[in-house]
This record gives sequence, C-alpha cells and structure tokens, in this order.
Amino acid sequence: MNDAPASSSALLSFNNVSMTFDEGTKALDNVSFSINAGEFVTVVGPSGCGKSTLLRIASNLEANTGGTCAIDRNSIGYVFQDATLMPWRTVARNVELIAELHKLPKSERQRLAAEAIELVGLNGFEEKYPRQLSGGMRMRASLARSLVMKPKVFLFDEPFGALDEITRERLNDELLRLFQHEGFAGLFITHSITESVYMSTKVLVMSSRPGKIIASFDVPFAYPRNHDLRYEPEFGELCGKISHALRGAHE
Amino acid sequence: MSTANAITSPVEEVIPDKTDRFSFVDYIGPIIVFVAFIAVWYLLSSVVLPEQKRFLLPTPHKVLTDGFFVWHSGERRGLQPILLSLWDSAKIALIGLSITIVVGMSLAVLMSSSRWLERATWPYLVAIQSAPVLALTPLIRALIDGTRTQRLLVVVLIAMFPIVSNTLFGLLSADKSQHELFTLQGASKWTRLVKLQFPAALPNIFVGLRISAGLAVIGAVVGDFYFRQGGVVGIGAQIDVYRNRLWGAELIAAIILASTLGLVVFLFFGWVSRRAIGKWHITTRGH
Repeated sequence: MNDAPASSSALLSFNNVSMTFDEGTKALDNVSFSINAGEFVTVVGPSGCGKSTLLRIASNLEANTGGTCAIDRNSIGYVFQDATLMPWRTVARNVELIAELHKLPKSERQRLAAEAIELVGLNGFEEKYPRQLSGGMRMRASLARSLVMKPKVFLFDEPFGALDEITRERLNDELLRLFQHEGFAGLFITHSITESVYMSTKVLVMSSRPGKIIASFDVPFAYPRNHDLRYEPEFGELCGKISHALRGAHE
Repeated sequence: MSTANAITSPVEEVIPDKTDRFSFVDYIGPIIVFVAFIAVWYLLSSVVLPEQKRFLLPTPHKVLTDGFFVWHSGERRGLQPILLSLWDSAKIALIGLSITIVVGMSLAVLMSSSRWLERATWPYLVAIQSAPVLALTPLIRALIDGTRTQRLLVVVLIAMFPIVSNTLFGLLSADKSQHELFTLQGASKWTRLVKLQFPAALPNIFVGLRISAGLAVIGAVVGDFYFRQGGVVGIGAQIDVYRNRLWGAELIAAIILASTLGLVVFLFFGWVSRRAIGKWHITTRGH
C-alpha cells in the first residue's frame, strides 16, 4: 500500500502493519510507529525477528499483508547489508548509478556524484574499482550512491554489521554528520545496542517472531555526539535498559 | 552542499594492485613440456615404431624440412597449399563462431528472462551438445545445399552449447540485493539486462567464448572431412588427402598448423577478455 503520510510532519509511518509470508510464517504483528523529519529511529531485536522486513515493506520490496505503511516512495534512500557495488564500475560510476537509473543527464549526475563522493570523504578514489577498496570504503561508496538523489527518508539495513569495531565507530560518526547535514529521517536496523543508542533519537526494541515493538526508548543526548559519549554513565544506563528489554524479547 | 561538513578522509588502506611481474616460472614450465614433447616424438619415430611403419610419424626435423620449408611442390605438397586451406577453414570457423555468438547469446538472454523457455529449451541444447553431429552428415547433406553452408552448420552445432550455458549462467549470477537496488529505482527489464545482468555475465561469457572458439576450429576442421565437393578446400580435407596418400611430413605439418589456429583463437579471446574485464575481475587460485 502506498498512502500519503498521515500527518504532515511524519515522513514514514507504520499503522498496525502485519506481515505473513506465503509459506505461513508470521514476521510482523501489528507494528505501529512513525518517524518525523529530523528523527533517527533504530530498531534492535533478535535475529530473524522481522526487522529487515520493516524496511522491505517501507520500500515496497515486499507488500504488507495487514495495516498501512505511509511513505513517499519517490524519496527513499536504501542502504543494504553489503555495499552492493557493481564490481565493473569505478567508484564514481557506481555513485552515479541511481541518478543514471532516474535518467538524469550525464553532466548533472557527474556533478551530484562528485558532491556525494566529497561528502563521504572518498575524493581521490573516484577511479578505483570496488575490489581495490576496503570494506569500510565500499560502504562509504554505497552511502554516497544513496545520497546522490537527496532522499528524505533513509533506510539502513544493518549497513555496518560486517565491519570491524573501529571502522564501524568511524562510520557511525560519519553517518551522524551526514544525518545532521542532509536532514533526512533515518530508520536504522542493527544488532548492536551501543550503535543503536549512539546513532538515534529513538530506539525501538522488537520481539522475536512474530515481530512486535515491545519497548521504546527516547535517547536524550544532543547532536553532534562525541565518540566518548559511549563511556558516559547515562549512556551505559540506557544501554542496560535496552539490553534488559531485549532479553525479554528473546523469551 | 558545502565542503565544510565534509567528512575527514578515510584512513583505511586501499588494497594494492598486484603488479604484473616477469616470472621465470611462467616460462620454464612450457619450455620443459616442449622439450619433453620433442623427445617423446623422436623416441616414437626413431625407436618405438617398427622400421616399416616409420613413414606414419616422420621425425621432427623431417617434418620441418618436408612440411614447412617446402613452399610448393607438385600438386598439393608444401606449405603454401596447407596455408591456403588453413585460411579457408579459419574463415569458416570465424563466420560460424560469429553466428554462434549472436544466436547463442540471444537465446541465453531469452532463456534468462523466461523460466518457461529455459525449461523448454535446456534438454534439447544438452542433447545437441552430446549428439554425434557427424553421424548426421547424410541428413545435413540432404537438407542443405552447398558445402559452405553445411560446414557452417557443423561449426554452429558443435560450438553452440558453451556460449549458451555460460551466458545464461552469467546472466543469472547477479546478487539478489543488486537486483533489489534496481527494483527500488523502478528499472525496466531492459535496463536491468544492460546495466546489471550483462556486465555481471561478462566473465562467464568470456569463458564460454574461449571454449566455443576452440570448438569452432574443431568443427571447421572436422566438417571439412565430410562436406566437400571437388577439389580440396579446407585444412581437414587437406589432412584427409595426406592421410590417404601416406604423406607423413605434410600430414603432421598440417595437423600442427590446424592446432596452432585453435591456439591462436584461444589466446586471442583470452587477450580480449583481459582487456575487457581484467581491471575489475580477478581470478583466484586459492592461495
């Protein structure tokens, strides 16, 4: 279903969304929440709880079987678990891809790609092929590719899950900077509690199948956030609460 | 966008390109095999074969002097008639291969877009691949006029399968998430084919091309044996004549040149493949 967002400020809203797959697996049960402009919402939950299904419904890759999902589908950025770069294209040509699929003229998409590459700090690597890049740099290229069309809503499907801790933390900071700079609304999926608190304005905890929102935590820390925030007592306390709720989710 | 908020440059390492370096090992292997090959050849032609049968396999130096160093002698002996017939077969092989590439790749594209068509066609392609095409010679002769067309048909039938199977496999090899990326942008089937599936298939297509190119040469040479009218035309027919007349040196020279044609075609497609996809596609040996 593709309805216009209900309220003017909500860029993405789920209203009683349920999802039962053809083979009978119930993935989502009555999920409702919305994301306004300037919000960054993270969903944490056990593996296989249907977190990714939320993104797939929001982006229309899957059709929900119950409820409604309201989003402007023409303005979505989607970042996959892996970088999904085309190995035969250079970084610059990869970043141009989405603009190319939207049939933007060549000079225009080259200009937009150059800006996005600058923004994720990949300048100097435009002519490299994906295989010549590290995992973190591939993810940057993937981010840049989604940034080109300046989407209002960004969907992140565990984008940094495969990266090492240091690279992940660095990319967290960079993504937050992009979030502030570009002003998109974000829906982020992750396994990591620390990552969820560090990134978000709000953390939602999902139960295992069928996925339900069982707890919601507002994150009070102001942006820009400093990486030392992770070692503040309040930060740890909030992580503890979420961890506790997650423990419930596993039962 | 201002650059003030631009992110600091990444510190992660760029994976360095392995530089192509001259390696002695790459050359010593083929040289050793070549020397061993010549040695075995001498052994066969001057020791193993009984005296009265040695005309079947002349020694390497005799092949050189009688087969390669004589330009033209008598009716059909010498390097010139061999090269002329080789050129004729090469043309058949290349035209046949071009037809195979166009037909085979189109078929693979159709099969990749329709599961129904894939299912319907696949068993017959496998059957053609394993059928002894040359046993069909009477039928081919009855159905098609002109030896040239008949020879081309043999080439196409023999070379078709690797092109179709490798192209199809390649077209279906793109990742699910890469496909979803295109789905999210509402890309058409054609866009998906041109910008995703076809480039993703290139490494496989080149594998198929190299195999089919070798088979096309075989098809052209073998087709010569069966489809000819009047004088000698292709290298296969030339080989057949030498065989019947027991002209050992010329026979071996012709066989060597026919193999060389296959080798040249194989190397050519390897070179094209490296030019086309070498920059982004790497093959690994597992260590």
